[in-house]
Amino acid sequence: MNGKFRILLPVISLGVLLAAVFYLQPRAMSYFGLNLLFNLAVPIALATIAQMMIIMVNDIDLSVGTFVSFVACVTATFLNDSPLIGVLILGASILAYAGLGALIHLRQLPAIVVTLGMSFVWGGLAVLILPSPGGAAPGWIRTLMTVKPPLVPMAIVASVLIAALTHLLIMRSATGTLLRGVGGNTKAVARSGWEIAKLKAGAYGLAGFFGVLSGVCLVGLTTSADANIALRYTLLSIAGVILGGGEFTGGRVSPVGAVLGALTLALAGSFLSFMRLSPDWQIGAQGAILILVLAVRLIFSRKTSGQGGAA
Amino acid sequence: MKPDSPSGSPAPAPLVSLSDVRMQFGAVRALDGVSLTISPGECVGLIGHNGAGKSTAVNVINGGLTPTGGTVGYRLADGSSASGAGGARAAGIRSVFQELSLCPNLTVAENLRIPQHDLKGWGWRRRAARRIAQALDQIFPGHRIEPGMVVGDLTLAERQMVEIATGFAEASAPAKLVILDEPTSSLDASIARQLLDHVRGFCARGGAVIFISHMLGEVFEVATRIDVMKDGRIIDSRRTSGFTQQSLIDAMGHVASQEAVTAVRENADERIGEQVLSTPEGLSARQGEIVGLAGLAGHGQAEALSRFFMSRSGTMRQASKPEVVFVAGDRGRDGVMPLWSILKNLTLTHLPALSRKSLVDSVMEKTLGADWKARIGIRTDDMNNPILSLSGGNQQKVLFARALASTAPIVVMDDPMRGVDVGTKREAYEIIRREAASGRTFLWYSTETEEVCQCDRVFVYRNGEISAELTGDQINEENILAASFEMQEHAA
Repeated sequence: MNGKFRILLPVISLGVLLAAVFYLQPRAMSYFGLNLLFNLAVPIALATIAQMMIIMVNDIDLSVGTFVSFVACVTATFLNDSPLIGVLILGASILAYAGLGALIHLRQLPAIVVTLGMSFVWGGLAVLILPSPGGAAPGWIRTLMTVKPPLVPMAIVASVLIAALTHLLIMRSATGTLLRGVGGNTKAVARSGWEIAKLKAGAYGLAGFFGVLSGVCLVGLTTSADANIALRYTLLSIAGVILGGGEFTGGRVSPVGAVLGALTLALAGSFLSFMRLSPDWQIGAQGAILILVLAVRLIFSRKTSGQGGAA
Repeated sequence: MKPDSPSGSPAPAPLVSLSDVRMQFGAVRALDGVSLTISPGECVGLIGHNGAGKSTAVNVINGGLTPTGGTVGYRLADGSSASGAGGARAAGIRSVFQELSLCPNLTVAENLRIPQHDLKGWGWRRRAARRIAQALDQIFPGHRIEPGMVVGDLTLAERQMVEIATGFAEASAPAKLVILDEPTSSLDASIARQLLDHVRGFCARGGAVIFISHMLGEVFEVATRIDVMKDGRIIDSRRTSGFTQQSLIDAMGHVASQEAVTAVRENADERIGEQVLSTPEGLSARQGEIVGLAGLAGHGQAEALSRFFMSRSGTMRQASKPEVVFVAGDRGRDGVMPLWSILKNLTLTHLPALSRKSLVDSVMEKTLGADWKARIGIRTDDMNNPILSLSGGNQQKVLFARALASTAPIVVMDDPMRGVDVGTKREAYEIIRREAASGRTFLWYSTETEEVCQCDRVFVYRNGEISAELTGDQINEENILAASFEMQEHAA
């Protein structure tokens, strides 16, 4: 599928959903309304970027949700009470992610199993740190997340910043290109004298970094944490990457698309609330939206590959 | 035989020198004492049949493999010498592989980042685009490839052009020796011509090229020296003018053991019956016939077999009464169920016949297993042992038994003797012979000429098509080699 079409679909699906929300609830079309709609999308977008780093090297991370929960618990406790220890813990968890990446490559383990196992580790650590919901957000992150820039609400500014920075990092920089190369043709990269274990560790380390950002932002919005606060992020992040035009294999990812995909998923929740759909049905309906968008994409890619075959 | 080095003016110091290089993969000796040197200005045609050791030699030269014996040395631009993969890169040794080694998700320019480690920092994309565009313009004038195009959107020929251009592109360590492995396999004649012209020009300017191709016409056109490989050795090395196409074919081959061949064919007339299959591409077989598919590896034989197999299998009715069964050569990929027992692996395709009321009858299953264990001699105490406890040869026997225990009249074999020891091979030939005598038809793809010579009829494949059909006494190594390599001059 052509790269230009690839980014078109997430843009269109977000646009259509946004139009539907504005039609149902015209008051959402304001500074305050937009902020409310997209507020919780910021940590989801960061978690989606984390997931994208892993999918970029042909793996999948089933521990994003529990990892973000773990980070949220650390942020609401250690990072608030004794910042130095908090930063050390978060730094160590990023290193742990990088180490996992190297281990998965060196031992040729299936990432899906390792990360599933790690999800229990992160989940357990989160419960140990914060057995019952509570804690408090450090003041600076609370301020950062509730800042009110002129004209455009914080959530939009943050999303644009995340998309632009990760685009530079992954799509434009020499290192990002190499990482995408690992997903595209690992053998070719290895044959050119690069150490795949290091590159994979780098990709996983980046995932850990963005996972940490996601957890910190989440606590900035919610002001307290809970060991189960972000469990649904695992599936949301995978769905976000795919919605954004990424593919599970082949290193075909798009950071801008991933952020758009995360926004779309966050908006889908609000949209369904505006439809007065009972929360019991919301998850199912969210899934239906996802299937719809992916079906459209399949038709797109069938058409373009059909043309490619004829050419 | 000792390779006689081409005489002439005092040669400049060699870029690469291999001395008595040996490479052992387990029990397989891929290189058995290879010595060669390549100097600036030389274009070496490397020729040999399947398994002669060409790819291994190439991978040793470019530093991808560390030989188990002997030494490989490179000469750097400043005159010092180096070794290892890093040395090869610093010396400007580049490889363009037969199987495509580009990243389809990256653009043409981004792909240059993979081999060129110095492309980083500000403006690397611009530099990469300039380098690759320059190389493409120089080698393939009139190409329509933009540096910003995604490789996955390019045609196969365009991808190969990009790959070749990457091999010659400007870099921090300029290309001194470029290894081209079947570079023209997906290029049309006029583009191939541009490449050959470029190779000649590159060598004239002091570069060196190793050129591997099954098109002998191309090799004769560009090579200054031809090295012939067989059984992991360079058995002949002369200036190109010292060879004719016929003498090259003769040098590659060796006389197959005649007695083995006659042993199979002796009762051919009484054994072979009516035609039981024919495909649109021209493959055909008669009842009781052993039909061989030959040619260089990767020229469409495996695809032809799988196309035929798929067209005759896969419906519900065929599950219990199959028309065709398949013996896999790549055991790990499409043969063995690694976690299952020997017995379960053996009976896999017969479960419909072994089941009653949709449950598998374990007594019948055991009987079948014991029967085949005795018939083809699977070496194990207990058929319930895991399949991976067996040696490769015995695993292959289980796969043979799986296929032969069915009632299917046609057996398709995709290079089944890959990595199998000599003793098991002999036993397998015996089984095939016996089964053919009882009226089964075999379609047998093999990369080993000795095996193909056991067949009643042989189709030689080249570039995905049948290039020759050989029967009876025509089946010999010389004819197979001649049909595998393209003899004509490459049409311009």
